[in-house]
Amino acid sequence: MPADPPAAWWVESVFREEHGRLLAALVSRFGDLDLAEEVTSEAIEAALTHWPVDGIPERPGAWLLTTARRRAVNRLKRDRAYAARLAILQVEADRAAVTPPPGEAGFDLPDERLQLFFTCAHPALSAEDRGALTLRCLAGLTTPEVARAFLMPPATMAQRIVRAKRRIREARIPFRVPDADELPHRLPGVLQVLYSIFTEGYAASSGPHLQRLDLAEEAIRLTRILRRLLPAEREVAGLLALMLLVHARRDARTGPDGEVVLLDEQDRGRWDRTMIEEGLALAAVALTGGPPGRYGVQAAIAALHDEAADLATTDWPQIVALYDVLLALSPSPVVALNRAIAMAMRDGPQAGLDLLDGLAGEPRLRGYHPYLVARADLLKRLGRRFEAEAVYRQAFGLVGTEPERAHLRRRLEAVAGPDGSAGA
Amino acid sequence: MKYMLLIHGAEDADGASDVPAGPSFEDWQVYDKAVKDAGIWVSGHALADLVTATTVRVDPATERPVITDGPFAESREVLGGYYVIDVPDLDAALDWAVRCPGARAGSVVVRPVAEFEA
Repeated sequence: MPADPPAAWWVESVFREEHGRLLAALVSRFGDLDLAEEVTSEAIEAALTHWPVDGIPERPGAWLLTTARRRAVNRLKRDRAYAARLAILQVEADRAAVTPPPGEAGFDLPDERLQLFFTCAHPALSAEDRGALTLRCLAGLTTPEVARAFLMPPATMAQRIVRAKRRIREARIPFRVPDADELPHRLPGVLQVLYSIFTEGYAASSGPHLQRLDLAEEAIRLTRILRRLLPAEREVAGLLALMLLVHARRDARTGPDGEVVLLDEQDRGRWDRTMIEEGLALAAVALTGGPPGRYGVQAAIAALHDEAADLATTDWPQIVALYDVLLALSPSPVVALNRAIAMAMRDGPQAGLDLLDGLAGEPRLRGYHPYLVARADLLKRLGRRFEAEAVYRQAFGLVGTEPERAHLRRRLEAVAGPDGSAGA
Repeated sequence: MKYMLLIHGAEDADGASDVPAGPSFEDWQVYDKAVKDAGIWVSGHALADLVTATTVRVDPATERPVITDGPFAESREVLGGYYVIDVPDLDAALDWAVRCPGARAGSVVVRPVAEFEA
């Protein structure tokens, strides 16, 4: 790879911005993800060879697309059986063809990524496959990068992606945007994929770090793209708002050594005000003009936290009310847990504890450490130190990241005293 | 592309594949007509009661056939019939599966028919 500055600059921006667009444009022309991926990489490689020497073409997107198409046609000439299969696909694609919208300013390729979002998040694929394909095809991550995102060995991830692509090809999962009547059923699947990528970035399930900021930022970048492609969908605005309002606190969530800093101890001056402003504006879009969706409501909860000066002056009654709405929209024990924590802030620790005890039988909360930590915190606030200690110990064995373990160790010491054998 | 819709019903105590409050004969007639009117019908049959099933296996060592009554696998859901339809893609096939009366009383498994190049 050439090391001079223009090439290095292009590696980054080509892969980040043009890769997904180029891939989507080629998929919609050839109807084959494998072929599109191969010639996309080849065209980008060719650009990296030629552009530093010949200069960047006037229409870089068109240059890439032409190069990639030429390679695809050459390949099809060599491989007749493949070509025959694609010819059939092509006829059907033409039958369903719609004129692509013109590209927006700054890009000379039409944006056909929306259909790729829906293919990658198709309900016929497993949840893991959906996340992996979205990162691979739309975020333009390499297979080793996708593997790192899912904390998986690269070979295992490579296999998973190959299998998922085979499934798309053989079951013929289409590359198209669902019709208006299907869209409400299919859009939540796409949003769920982006939300899962974000939450893994916000609170890593394991590893040395509490947060994986690159992953959270990738989710935000993808959601911004989706927002541009579906400007009328309020839940897309809601999801982007939620991500921004939460991500705005990233710098305050960890201390100098990567340790956990909870909401009540965070230096709110370190919250990203610009990001909060943008999130608030999007939350307003999400909550206007009809009944709110689950992401809009979650964004509203995040907004109330972001707007408060501290924990004591946070509008807990409003937060509890929003959790009630959320619980009605998407009932889940995790939402009920968060509602109970908000109730404890509104009505005191005993009220929260009563609600948590009522959730004790929920299978999804069994072994879910945030539930145990919340319970232990409330027991501690009620002065029931021995019980709190026992529950902290239970939670200790379940947390996945090193900073969370260290944080729990400190809390355990706080209730058990310095002699408490916290070195579990 | 051809897809097979495998229509499964819950098995009741005597092993019959019909379920109380399942789709009526008329529901099936309406669906069958819709599939044929859409020009996507390739083939399809309802299967006779599960008690009439016979399973055949040939022991690879002795080459002797082993014939037993009943289906091969014990399962809670029983294959009651199938359609093969020819539609452009999986979304279209899933759409027909959603409309199938069998998806209400039990479940419909959608499987692409393998195509081998000559």
